[in-house]
Amino acid sequence: MPILASMPAMDDIDRNILNQLQRGFPIAEQPYKLAAEQLHIGEDELLQRLQAMLDEGVLTRFGPMFHAEHLGGGLSLVAMAIPEHDFERVAAIVNSFDQVAHNYAREHELNMWFVLATETAPEIDTVIAAIEEKTRYPAYNMPKQQEFFVGLHFEV
Amino acid sequence: MQQLNSRQCEALKLAIQQGLPLRPQPYLSLAQQLGLSEQAVIDTLQQWQTSGLIKRFGMVVNHHNIGYRANAMVVWDVPEDQVEQVAGQFSANDAVTLCYQRPRMLPHWPYNLFCMIHGRQRDTVLQQIDALVQRHDLQHLPHDVLFSTKQFKQCGGRYADTRIDARYG
Repeated sequence: MPILASMPAMDDIDRNILNQLQRGFPIAEQPYKLAAEQLHIGEDELLQRLQAMLDEGVLTRFGPMFHAEHLGGGLSLVAMAIPEHDFERVAAIVNSFDQVAHNYAREHELNMWFVLATETAPEIDTVIAAIEEKTRYPAYNMPKQQEFFVGLHFEV
Repeated sequence: MQQLNSRQCEALKLAIQQGLPLRPQPYLSLAQQLGLSEQAVIDTLQQWQTSGLIKRFGMVVNHHNIGYRANAMVVWDVPEDQVEQVAGQFSANDAVTLCYQRPRMLPHWPYNLFCMIHGRQRDTVLQQIDALVQRHDLQHLPHDVLFSTKQFKQCGGRYADTRIDARYG
């Protein structure tokens, strides 16, 4: 995914598309046509603009987000406290695991936070044990116990 | 309606994880690829959306690339019997983009309610957190704000990506 030095150029139509289609998308024979009508633009234009936004990295994906639990895989948030001098080494080890996504350095004693996504639920513990063994630091597993619905909208 | 068997369901999930085709009849494209009818694909996806298997359908924006460069994980120590109420207050607030209850890790980590707040700048995010505290009288709840300072890895495999919310970042 491109990390852009500056914001991609977006006009009002792009902003409209972003603001509207974050709310949902029709599941019907000609969904782009329906969505385009709502946006007062042509179907072709909508398709072209969506492609451009994917190419430019404004969109990560266009499609469904599946509910992790229903898919049967494992998903968790894991935190570690790593001394600064050892941070890069540990980050490289942690990131080498395919199951690790969204690894962030954060300002706290627990300064490394990443999401684990595994194909099966028990694999979470296996991967955490492997990470602890390879890095020689404890990893704190904080799986979600409850998710609360929130608005899922970035106004642009 | 035509019910898909489990093999067909798995094939459809896999196909759509690549993203919805950018063609006038995307569900027909998927159906042709999988040897199904367009109606069966539409019915199945609608059913998945209703049942909650599909959490949301549409665009996943890269918030960083549209200018939301400051992201804070705000963590709170909330008594168990108040979690629902406090989470409900967060949920109603536009600034909050994710909200989860997670286990405490005592003694290292006393916090059990996590929310993400995304904003264009650090200052505005801090102001939003202040406003949240004031508005809902949350001064009595210990909390901490963890800004991200560096992103080491954005995504796992495609399979992971369809399940992980981009708003973690």
